[in-house]
Amino acid sequence: MISLHYPILNVVVPLIAAPLMVLARHGGFAWLLATVVSGSSLAVSVALFAEVADGSVISYAIGSWAPPWGIEYRIDSVNGFLLVLVSLIASVVAVYSRESVAAEVAPEQHYLFYTMYVLCLAGLLGIAATGDGFNLFVFLEISSLSSYVLIALGRDRRALMASYQYLIMGTIGATFIVIGVGLLFLMTGTLNLADMAARLPGISETRPILAALAFLTVGICLKLALFPLHLWLPNAYAYAPSAVTAFLAATATKVSLYVLLRFYYSVFGESVIFAALPMGAILLALSLAAVFIASTVAIFQHDVKRLFAYSSVAQIGYITLGVSFDSLTGLTAAIVHLFNHALTKGALFMLLGGVALRLGAVRFQDIGGIARVMPLTSFGIVLAGLSLIGVPGTVGFVSKWYLVLAALEAGAWWLAVLIVLGSLLAVIYVWRFVEAAYFREPSAAVARLREPPLSMLATSWLMVAACVYFGLDTSLTIGGAAQAAAGLLGGGR
Amino acid sequence: MNVAGHFSYWVTILIAISGLYILIARGNLVKKLVGLAIFQTSVYLLYIAPGKLIGGTAPIVADRFAVYSNPLPHVLILTAIVVGVATLALGLALVVRIKEAYGSIEEDEILEQDRPPFDSSANNNVSN
Repeated sequence: MISLHYPILNVVVPLIAAPLMVLARHGGFAWLLATVVSGSSLAVSVALFAEVADGSVISYAIGSWAPPWGIEYRIDSVNGFLLVLVSLIASVVAVYSRESVAAEVAPEQHYLFYTMYVLCLAGLLGIAATGDGFNLFVFLEISSLSSYVLIALGRDRRALMASYQYLIMGTIGATFIVIGVGLLFLMTGTLNLADMAARLPGISETRPILAALAFLTVGICLKLALFPLHLWLPNAYAYAPSAVTAFLAATATKVSLYVLLRFYYSVFGESVIFAALPMGAILLALSLAAVFIASTVAIFQHDVKRLFAYSSVAQIGYITLGVSFDSLTGLTAAIVHLFNHALTKGALFMLLGGVALRLGAVRFQDIGGIARVMPLTSFGIVLAGLSLIGVPGTVGFVSKWYLVLAALEAGAWWLAVLIVLGSLLAVIYVWRFVEAAYFREPSAAVARLREPPLSMLATSWLMVAACVYFGLDTSLTIGGAAQAAAGLLGGGR
Repeated sequence: MNVAGHFSYWVTILIAISGLYILIARGNLVKKLVGLAIFQTSVYLLYIAPGKLIGGTAPIVADRFAVYSNPLPHVLILTAIVVGVATLALGLALVVRIKEAYGSIEEDEILEQDRPPFDSSANNNVSN
């Protein structure tokens, strides 16, 4: 039965597609294959998620080598949820990317672009699916190396420097992660994460384990761009091709967050992380710093893409804030915001890609009056912006609501106030777009523009519609997130 | 503490710190990559050294051998070396492109070129 092999198919199909694209050397074929591959991984992920949604676990032994000796792929309610998210975004962005990439990347590089795209997808899905510490590092590097290339394909020459800086920071992060995994391996003699968790309790206070925790935390936080380790992110997002920005903003940092959750809850166990060590307080302080400092910096940006890149750093702060509460509600809020923010930022960067396609750049001085000529695009950006703020009726509200609930549950009413204050900063930077797009007279260059091509507009609006739909009907997202949170809290030990 | 017994760890730490220092202290993009490669090399030692038992053999099932070295770290590091080579190759390729676009591989000179009077920034410097 092929369905027995679903966990590995997610990784194998993109890995096979990538060399085929290089052999064919044809941009259109590569795009078609990338779309088919992303769509098939979406189908596989949905099937997997349906199977694990009730809390059961799928264990797949690669090459029939039984875990813990062989590499195990382990799908539970947490990474099943994430697999659906990543492959969903990948499918939508793949359809979207055709026109966008045609405009932004040199024609002879198209097939290479899609090769890197599916490799990045394989890496991200691999990180999510694997239950093996070293395998996780390998997939992390597959996705990272391909995303460096994707970012460097941006038109602006600053994309090269952004990619280089991301390469340096990302490699330091990945090396820290592999040092952490190495120290855990030295102490437990196993690389299987579940097996590791079973062997840790007796030795969890020893110095090598604490050093491993420190290396893993710093390394993963570099990859997920937690303040103050976010320095690579704004430039990388601002100068990458639009499709890449939308894809990476919605998936790469989210997968790194999953890795953090996996190590904290499933390997070390929450009793070590949050009860014996002050990780909760550290995460709380950094998250609040991320929310307030990154939001404030965002307000003063001149480039819309850069503004929303800084906003991403702030929103990542909200997710880690949810983690820092160490409660079921907090974790649910973190996971649901992970999903919701992926939708919101995906929608925003896809719509901005449409503006960039027509206008060439998305600086505030250029986009004045854009709502007159691109009403659908502008309205979509406003709706997604409302979701960033957390206005009722959008997904942003749902996650903020759960965050505030978690704060009140923890007895920290001042945190609830800070969460609302942080949202007010989002009002300011979203208003800057509204002011420029709706209340300025269009320049001659803007007046000649029209809406982006249908394939881009329709896929972007699909994401915007999802932002609104999941803001009204929360049964799927909250249900999935609550199940995942319960799995993390209960399944660790 | 048994300082001599931890010899391999001291070397690992020394290599890691030297690599990171070069990475932070140097502005030349190629030298930074050299630092990065040195830093990654320290991880190879961290994995491999504890896998070796003095007097241990390869894991062969035979009566005469009772002490085995663990082969798994070697295999893992083989993968890590491949990853390191790929990273270095990609980094150097990026430096070539940066040199073509900016005419320099010194970080401060490159950042200086992109810090023009603010309003005319981002004017789509098409490089390729």
